[in-house]
Amino acid sequence: MSNVKNVVLCGVGGQGTILASKILSYALIEAGYDVKMSEIHGMSQRGGSVTTQVRYGDKVYSPIIGKGSADVLVAFEKMEALRYLDDVKVDGGVVIINDHAIQSLPTLQGMAQYPEDCIDRVKEKNADTRVIKATKIAGELGNEKAANVVLLGATVKALGLEGMDWDAALEACVKPAFVEMNKKAFRAGLEA
Amino acid sequence: MAKNLMTGNEAVARGLYEAGVAFASAYPGTPSTEILENVAEKYKDSITCEWAPNEKVAFEAAVGASFVGGRSFAAMKHVGLNVAADPLLTFAYTGVNGGMCFVSADDPGLHSSQNEQDNRFYARMGKFIMLEPSDSQEAKDMAVMGYELSERFDSPVMLRMTTRVCHSKSLVEFGEVQEPKKKEYVKNRAKFDPVPAMAKGMHAAVEKRWAKLLEYTEECPLNREEWHTDGVGIVSAGAAYQYAREVYGDKASYFKCGMTSPMPIESIRKFAAKVKKLYVVEELEPYMEDLLRAAGIECTGKALVPIEGELNPDIVRKALTGEVVPTMEYDKSVVPGRPPMLCAGCPHVGLFYELGKIKDVIAIGDIGCYALSGNPPLNAKDFALCMGSGFSMAHGAAKIMTKFGEKKKIVGVVGDSTFFHTGMNSMLDAVYNHSDVTLIVVDNRITGMTGHQENPGSGYTITGEHAYPADIEGVARAFGMTEIYKVNPMDLEATRKALKAAIEYEGPSLVITRYPCALKKRSPEDKAEFGTDRTPYQIDAEACIGCKSCLRLGCPAISFDAAAKKANIDRVACAGCGVCAQVCPKKAMGKVGG
Repeated sequence: MSNVKNVVLCGVGGQGTILASKILSYALIEAGYDVKMSEIHGMSQRGGSVTTQVRYGDKVYSPIIGKGSADVLVAFEKMEALRYLDDVKVDGGVVIINDHAIQSLPTLQGMAQYPEDCIDRVKEKNADTRVIKATKIAGELGNEKAANVVLLGATVKALGLEGMDWDAALEACVKPAFVEMNKKAFRAGLEA
Repeated sequence: MAKNLMTGNEAVARGLYEAGVAFASAYPGTPSTEILENVAEKYKDSITCEWAPNEKVAFEAAVGASFVGGRSFAAMKHVGLNVAADPLLTFAYTGVNGGMCFVSADDPGLHSSQNEQDNRFYARMGKFIMLEPSDSQEAKDMAVMGYELSERFDSPVMLRMTTRVCHSKSLVEFGEVQEPKKKEYVKNRAKFDPVPAMAKGMHAAVEKRWAKLLEYTEECPLNREEWHTDGVGIVSAGAAYQYAREVYGDKASYFKCGMTSPMPIESIRKFAAKVKKLYVVEELEPYMEDLLRAAGIECTGKALVPIEGELNPDIVRKALTGEVVPTMEYDKSVVPGRPPMLCAGCPHVGLFYELGKIKDVIAIGDIGCYALSGNPPLNAKDFALCMGSGFSMAHGAAKIMTKFGEKKKIVGVVGDSTFFHTGMNSMLDAVYNHSDVTLIVVDNRITGMTGHQENPGSGYTITGEHAYPADIEGVARAFGMTEIYKVNPMDLEATRKALKAAIEYEGPSLVITRYPCALKKRSPEDKAEFGTDRTPYQIDAEACIGCKSCLRLGCPAISFDAAAKKANIDRVACAGCGVCAQVCPKKAMGKVGG
């Protein structure tokens, strides 16, 4: 099972982590991998912290991984990168961070400070940390919501999967009206 | 054959379709909800599917369908099976005509539940068949096989799923689809009518069935040995099997149980004799372990594997091998929590904001998004228990307060779907028994927390057909409730006045707050009644005095800039409900462009 790769996507309910996981999984299956993906529904939809996990390889057993096992952590919100940093492998893990902040209830209420230095704190611990202004890039392309696909592009690059058929995966998973925009977003992520 | 990436829930829906199921019913409950949603979306031409008001009703409808000869299905979350336990445990006596399977979706780790009970014990109590899938392929296959076993052994079949199996996606290969068929119904009271005289015979039949099942489980292909080594042997089932497999790979041998009621004790005895050390890896209670021990098979399970919470590969690895995967050490305390919160524009906010301000009230809640109303800053709810309990607990509490002359008044709160679930019975209890209690139905025109399922009050069925929108006020009047206030909870003054009058009234009173969930896709009827204006609000920074009154709503669209000492509204997040404009003492909020 040494060839199994683990990807953790974290963010805030409504940011499109699940769609990004779906596109990733779709392309992996088409490429012939065994894939397992895990997500949790329910209360987490209400503005809570959300994670999905995608595992792929020749044969995958558990749909979830434990701490210290992620090859790539993709944080759709920058504070979440720090929350889930201990998911990442101690040696050789990649952390991709969207340089974008979403307040949580305690910070909105002024009961806690938003950790503005969270990216620096991640960099201090993890050598390969890649910061991307995905929300800004997606906004410039026409829709901030496509930040998830910009981040997907960056994830694909980190995993070395650029050669797979991503156009087909986007066409299969994204509503027709948004396909072209998302293809641009994906390429922007690859190049970021 | 093409493989499809599916959740366990999608896979079960597919399995029902392949098995020729004719009728399916459920009450929504995380993590089971998407089973019926998938049936309605993909297979409604083949399977008649419905939301029922509660799990007992769903289960009984499925039993009725089975008795007259159709293959039938019911789904529920683990606590929902408590509601349906009454029909279940007698259906276990009668057995089936058309095959009947049901899903009990347990929630180890309490991702979205009030407890983490282990429903495998129901199968033991009722002496019926239980199958435990560990991934989506098994969920699909076991659903199909479940119907064959149900009819062959004349037994209900419980598909015991867990959150991780329901919501994880893995690859599924489809099988052939059987057309729904109806078996003949022949009147047979000795089989189908459990009056005492008949039920005695049925109990005898249960024992005979159990004896046959004890033989069958030993040869059932779902129970299998995976042999690698004679060092460590692991007995496991469900998601836990995948974790054990992940940790040990080919360095252990496995006894994988797919049929766990009854347990294949003798096959495991043979397996145990071949390995040096036998572990039982299972989530929650020592269900399998206790049965093995009772049969004299020496094993180690809960002495090492935690009984609380959800397992994962790390927990299993640490428990059995003592090994820990190294992780980065850092100060996590600088990361503030991100708890779930009521949405911007949530109609519950206005009600709980006003309720939270009232002194000398004990507010008893229920199961729904409004469970969050106990958290800061609303701090309104005192406690809750289970579906429908908001009204009945309030009634009991009110009786005690009255009896002992305490001046605190009792308020019970349930949602619209919760009212139709079991809240109706509880309201009847309060009115019938002369309670001095205020009951509130927070009617947001949908079943909200589970992701917007229609309910008897919403005016639509699961397949989008129109239905009569059941009238909460009419039900209350029929029960004898006379003191009734209907308010729009976005109007704080009206809400405040209604609450005051209802709480002051000596006797049972009812407040109905009616406004659609902020995330609901509004129906034509909603649009006609509530409009479509969602123009966001903004704050005039000069008028804002930084008093933080608006922060007491806990609205995710409102933040406070500590440096400028001013509140801000995020225009993208704002739903335009205007509740904040009503709490601002300086009238600093106004509609954008208004």
